[in-house]
Amino acid sequence: MSKITGAQAFVKCLQEEGVDTIFGFPGGVIIDLYDELANSSIKNLLVRHEQGAVHAADGYARASGKTGVALLTSGPGATNGVTGIATAYMDSIPVVVFTGQVPRALIGNDAFQEVDIVGITRPCTKHNYLVSNPEDLVPTIREAFYLASSGRPGPVLVDLPKDIIGSLVDFPEKEEIRMRTYQPHVEAHPGQIAKACQAITEAERPVLYVGGGVILSNSSDELTELAESTQIPVTMTLMGLGAFPGTNPLSFGMLGMHGSYASNMMVAKSDLLIAVGARFDDRITGRLDKFAPDAKVIHIDIDPTSISKNVVVDIPIVADCKHALTAMNAWFKNQQECDLPALAEKYQPWRNQINEWNEKHPLAYIDEGEVIKPQYVIETINRLTNGDAIISTEVGQNQMWSAQFYKFNKPRHLLSSGGLGTMGFGLPAAIGAQMAFPDATVIDIAGDGSIQMNIQELATAKQYNTPVKVAILNNNYLGMVRQWQELFYDKRYAGTPMEVTPDFVELAKAYGAVGLRAKTKSEVEPVIKEALAIKDKVVIMDFAIKREECVFPMVPAGGATTEMLLV
Amino acid sequence: MKHTLSVLLQNKPGALSRVTGLFSGRGFNIESLCVAETFDPKVSCLTLVTRGNDAIVEQITKQLHKLIDVIKVSDISEGEYVEREMVLIRVKAEAHTRAEVLRVIDIFRGKVVDVSPTSYAVEITGSESKIKAVIDLLRPIGIKEVVRTGTIAMARAPKK
Repeated sequence: MSKITGAQAFVKCLQEEGVDTIFGFPGGVIIDLYDELANSSIKNLLVRHEQGAVHAADGYARASGKTGVALLTSGPGATNGVTGIATAYMDSIPVVVFTGQVPRALIGNDAFQEVDIVGITRPCTKHNYLVSNPEDLVPTIREAFYLASSGRPGPVLVDLPKDIIGSLVDFPEKEEIRMRTYQPHVEAHPGQIAKACQAITEAERPVLYVGGGVILSNSSDELTELAESTQIPVTMTLMGLGAFPGTNPLSFGMLGMHGSYASNMMVAKSDLLIAVGARFDDRITGRLDKFAPDAKVIHIDIDPTSISKNVVVDIPIVADCKHALTAMNAWFKNQQECDLPALAEKYQPWRNQINEWNEKHPLAYIDEGEVIKPQYVIETINRLTNGDAIISTEVGQNQMWSAQFYKFNKPRHLLSSGGLGTMGFGLPAAIGAQMAFPDATVIDIAGDGSIQMNIQELATAKQYNTPVKVAILNNNYLGMVRQWQELFYDKRYAGTPMEVTPDFVELAKAYGAVGLRAKTKSEVEPVIKEALAIKDKVVIMDFAIKREECVFPMVPAGGATTEMLLV
Repeated sequence: MKHTLSVLLQNKPGALSRVTGLFSGRGFNIESLCVAETFDPKVSCLTLVTRGNDAIVEQITKQLHKLIDVIKVSDISEGEYVEREMVLIRVKAEAHTRAEVLRVIDIFRGKVVDVSPTSYAVEITGSESKIKAVIDLLRPIGIKEVVRTGTIAMARAPKK
């Protein structure tokens, strides 16, 4: 077998995995990889900060379902990527991050731009590797892609010493990867499926509580079939939005801290909670002892550590959501004695009750004439894009308003840092999504605080003609913290007023983008229309929203989800 | 409650720190930890003693199992098992106490591994409670140094 260089093997591995786009930032130890990439057909985006590279790879993965790839140099390049890695880890996003490392002979010597990135990222990667022998290079890269995308997905980091990139290696044939220590439990146990379905037939007040696992496993269709055939009402986590159509009459939107009144009430009063690919995060459950106190709990999750972690589960199903939901749908079809229309009929009073809650306390806000309400901006974006745009968000009020007022009808259309809550995620993630879908409308809904965390990526968007739209809900505050200060800290706004904010319209121009501004409600729609009509340029929309607007409903941290503060 | 976990893991650099990092990262405490290669040089065996209620230990076990380098995790304190620890103790041994030290370690089936004009170093193997008992008996004579290995443990074979 003829040998090739480590750098050539690296590029061949990426091609073998079907990688067409990577995001990165070069540096001394990875020059050889960049040099080799320049010879290949792989698109290689130069970001402006390594955090942006990992978020962009993450956004690409969330939108497309493929594995995202980032390439960073050693030392500061690698450490700058850590926030992106931790973000992908918390949301189980398949990303492979390659970092350069100093030559093996210098490792441990405090060499220039050396850092123990494998040690640093150990707690925030699904797995990571330091390639220490040239012959391990190819198998390690293949294993990294396999681990990132299988089972419960997640980020995998591969640290590549410079001398290994430069050495000669074999490129063996690709074989099916079998790992002694890693066998994800994909198939659902038929006995548990039957138990779960039986419990559904016996329930009076069932609820489907749907999380990001449904989106990650591409099982929205199976979920929708189950919900519609049984007529069980659905509520979703932030990560689950889009897994079930937001406009379906069975959808009651998000639950939890900023969830809808109907969602939180129906979970609290349910007698059967069917959790699918969701992990009972504390932002969802609030006070644990008051969370679904009367409900039997079914939990479908591929990760056994999620089962009974926070809430005791009665019927655990460790499996890929797609397999489990397919099996449940088949069970209902094959059971002669199970009459689905009768079941749907039995739940009618329950659905009536939920609709009543929803009519009593819908997601709402108070219109104040020409003052721009952020909720109105999101509603208008939703209306003008027919709910079809890919929306990324930053973190804070902008994120919650997007979750509440944009009606996500399809999976992979909301890209948001759910678990880690990373400000600065939205813009690079939008660039990644736009690379995956060049013709889609991609909008980053941002706050004036979080957009400034990775605003330098406007240059990346400009350089690669990814015409993302950025809608800034500008209140000159770090709004979510300000909201907490208003409600729980006697309005002491310590550290939250953004007294200096750039002129975003001028800033857009400086980056070669288009800047638009709306100062009154009647300017909102024309600005959004104009932005959407510009197909080939980055556009920033600056909305001067009401400064003191809060996100409602809200469950105070540590409170029971039935004790919501309403509009 | 005390739990003794036996963990088989790949004998690879960083594998041990993944295990210990999991404990420290989640605020779980390790009381004792013992690791070495098994008869298969690619596999290490780790005996770990920790404390916690059943829910915590179940979560620890699952999280350990999730680590890519971990082959098998068993909470061997759930069934019958044997456990051993070894300790080296340097104890004062002057003319009037030398015989007493020898008597004590003889009762515990220990042995002297180093001798000086003023001290003995003794080796004793046994369960945690036996080690504690011998230390308590030697303490009044004058202990200069104690080095313990931590517990190693193995489940008993099924009786039938």
